[in-house]
Amino acid sequence: MSTTFTVNGREVTVDADPDTPLLWVLRDELGLTGTKFGCGIAACGACTVMLDGMSRRSCVTPLSTLDGARVETIEGVTGPEAEVVQAAWVDINVPQCGYCQSGQVMAATSLLQMIPKPTDEEIDNAMAGNICRCATYVRIRQAIRQASDNLEA
Amino acid sequence: MLPHIAKAAPRVATTRRGFLAGATGLVIATHLPGKSRAQAARVVTEDGTTQLAPNAFVRVAPDNTVTVLVKHIEIGQGANTGLPVLVAEEMDADWSQVRAEAAPEDVTLYKNLAFGIQGTGGSTGLSNSYMQMREAGAAARAMLVDAAGRRWGVPATEITVSKGVVSHERSGNSATFGELAEEAMESEIPVGVQLKDPADFTLVGTKVTRTDSAAKSTGQATFALDIYRDGMKTVALLHPPQFGATVVTVDDSAAMQVAGVRQVAQVPSGVAVIADNTFAALKGRDALSVEWDTSSAETRSSAQIAEAFRAQAQPGAGTQVEGNGNIDDALAGADRTFEAEYLFPYLAHASMEPLDGVIEVKDGEVDAWIGSQFPTADNQTIAGVLGVSPEQVRVHTMFAGGSFGRRATQGSHFAAELANVAKAGGDGAYKLMWTRENDMRGGYYRPLTVHKLRAGLDAEGNITGWDNLVVNQSIMMGTPMEAMAVQNGLDPTSYEGSNDLPYGFPAHRLSWARGEAGVPVLWWRSVGHTHTAYAVETFLDELLEAGGKDAVEGRLALMKDERPRDAAVLRRVAEMADWSGPGTGDTRFGVAYARSFGSYVAQIAEVEDRNGVPHVRRVWCAVDCGVAVTPDVIAAQMEGGIGYGLGHALYSQITLDDTGRVRESNFDTYRSLRLSEMPQIEVSIMDSTANPTGVGEPGLPPIAPAVANAWRSLTGVSRRDLPFVNRMS
Repeated sequence: MSTTFTVNGREVTVDADPDTPLLWVLRDELGLTGTKFGCGIAACGACTVMLDGMSRRSCVTPLSTLDGARVETIEGVTGPEAEVVQAAWVDINVPQCGYCQSGQVMAATSLLQMIPKPTDEEIDNAMAGNICRCATYVRIRQAIRQASDNLEA
Repeated sequence: MLPHIAKAAPRVATTRRGFLAGATGLVIATHLPGKSRAQAARVVTEDGTTQLAPNAFVRVAPDNTVTVLVKHIEIGQGANTGLPVLVAEEMDADWSQVRAEAAPEDVTLYKNLAFGIQGTGGSTGLSNSYMQMREAGAAARAMLVDAAGRRWGVPATEITVSKGVVSHERSGNSATFGELAEEAMESEIPVGVQLKDPADFTLVGTKVTRTDSAAKSTGQATFALDIYRDGMKTVALLHPPQFGATVVTVDDSAAMQVAGVRQVAQVPSGVAVIADNTFAALKGRDALSVEWDTSSAETRSSAQIAEAFRAQAQPGAGTQVEGNGNIDDALAGADRTFEAEYLFPYLAHASMEPLDGVIEVKDGEVDAWIGSQFPTADNQTIAGVLGVSPEQVRVHTMFAGGSFGRRATQGSHFAAELANVAKAGGDGAYKLMWTRENDMRGGYYRPLTVHKLRAGLDAEGNITGWDNLVVNQSIMMGTPMEAMAVQNGLDPTSYEGSNDLPYGFPAHRLSWARGEAGVPVLWWRSVGHTHTAYAVETFLDELLEAGGKDAVEGRLALMKDERPRDAAVLRRVAEMADWSGPGTGDTRFGVAYARSFGSYVAQIAEVEDRNGVPHVRRVWCAVDCGVAVTPDVIAAQMEGGIGYGLGHALYSQITLDDTGRVRESNFDTYRSLRLSEMPQIEVSIMDSTANPTGVGEPGLPPIAPAVANAWRSLTGVSRRDLPFVNRMS
């Protein structure tokens, strides 16, 4: 069975087991390795992508649900929010091991798309599902604030 | 240098071109021994450019980039930034022209000077590289200056270098590194170059952008999981349900029915499902039916193991590690005596990227891509399993998604498993990916540990005796590292931090008793200090309070005269937090201090009670790690050490049920610290001219006792077992 959807603006048709999670479709079938595997049960956020404009855990999103969907990954995420987020991430040296950071960047971008000026509590809530075992949280918080300021400027 | 650089030459013939999609390419030497010195300073990289190669660590390309080959794996700790900063400092390069690349596997060139093998661990990365990287950078600079002198016909002594530009003021000449690279290949490789006076450093000690920040913020960094080879199979492993259990029978009929599953193979560590893609491998593994033999497995629960260790923790038990005075007399003659027993659980490292690797075998030649902390040992292990010589194996060190010690194992069990998969599957490429459940239930934990502490106070509240007994499994004994690490029957990783205290007592004894269990254990970020700092610093805090002494002033009064750096960081953190005791309101302050891996760290935590769980609002941290090469990385490591330590102290433990099966399996049951729980952190780095020491681990030990000390002030409860939130008790 084949499923057709767009990834980073490009239409793709994937013929694979319909239960295959989007994560493995991206990585194994489409060669997009920026999205990471961390837990497989939507408990860590390393696999976060945008699905029809909303952040989504790709490790529990089956291929069968994706017909006609619009998927954005870290490789293709664009727009003013993504730009200020990634610039702040580099400026503040957020990443340590870096493995979770694709998911963190996607979650932060999604947050700013919905709430351009988030409060501390809104940041806490939006980022609660994204684990960073290096505990770069101080800088993630700082980078989101800086990105938000730069979005406004 | 020459023969060692040339050692890489034969690899040109056998290398698999384009081995690392998207990477800048391994540097490959093309010269051979016996040629002229000038030719030795030249390499041709995979993209075909000829670069200046003054030594094994530095490359200067005609496009003006400076590439530093980093001999330590980048696991988040900043090796790919700290080592290049040292090179760039001595070269007077501009930071924007500097790149970092993982060094190839070559123990002769790239060994850790503290270990003797190529490897990363023990917070030694920067400290063992400090002089070596500076010398590498200084040599490169000298060759570029020599080339400029020849080009312009001026003495080298009149030439200056700043931000990657070589200049001669009197003649008005200047050139970039890139413009001089080719001519510098004809320069003599210098020996014994004069290094800078650290007072003249311009890059060391400043904030720099990490060399990997951009790649890691855009999904471009390549981890082992991201390696895809032509025709590669993906492999899932089913491990035994108890440590030490073995396979009796495997029914793979259902697994082989799963579309995409190609082979089910028994390997020494379990059962491998080899498939066309990840999902098929995982689905195939779920369909396996395996009967296990548990006759030699560890089937006790962690509670039973803890009980056994507690039973061993009797006064006078174990082997004495160190001591002074007569502890029995001191305790017998004390005005008041105190006793406490502590229990610390097994802990998993749970790095974000579970263990994984890719191996490709063709006609006896082997390439392996692993986030390996011990490439030398992994090479030998792979060679042994596959029956080839180590020269036929190339271990490519990848970015690793965290480690915290997990990617450095005493017997290279993961490399062995990877090689066994290839052995079972035959020539071809295989990606072995552990799932989170493999990782969480796979052992190699921080050892479950019991501390028994006893102390006596005199009538004035002074500590007259301090007796500490530690019971836990040995990380080193019974492993290939025993001979290196164990002396006089003692494994220092079991009790480090309980010995060599900064505090002096009239009578003191430290003993260690080895606990036995069939659970594999390993160093876990800061190793013994993970529990010793907690036991020492919380017990001491209680004694000081009982003796009517302030937690900071009391510690300072106990610190030995020969430990001024310890006292200085404690004073600094007290200033930062405006310390005036634990406080009296709804938020309280706790202090703790620990020296580990040569670095000195004191922390104060501000804690409140949120529904019975400590919530840490702020942490002040003072660190003395010698010369602060990359202050922003040091601060980040302190922040990360605090977050990692806090998360585990609050929430994490690995427990075994009453059949010996690990209960926790994923992040839903092994709870991590979340962003909302991360305190604000202020870090102060002491000015120092001492040689740099590590920062990857030393940020961790003080945080849990600092929080516990504040918590005791807040609630009156002394937490003698971790984690704070214990769902198993």
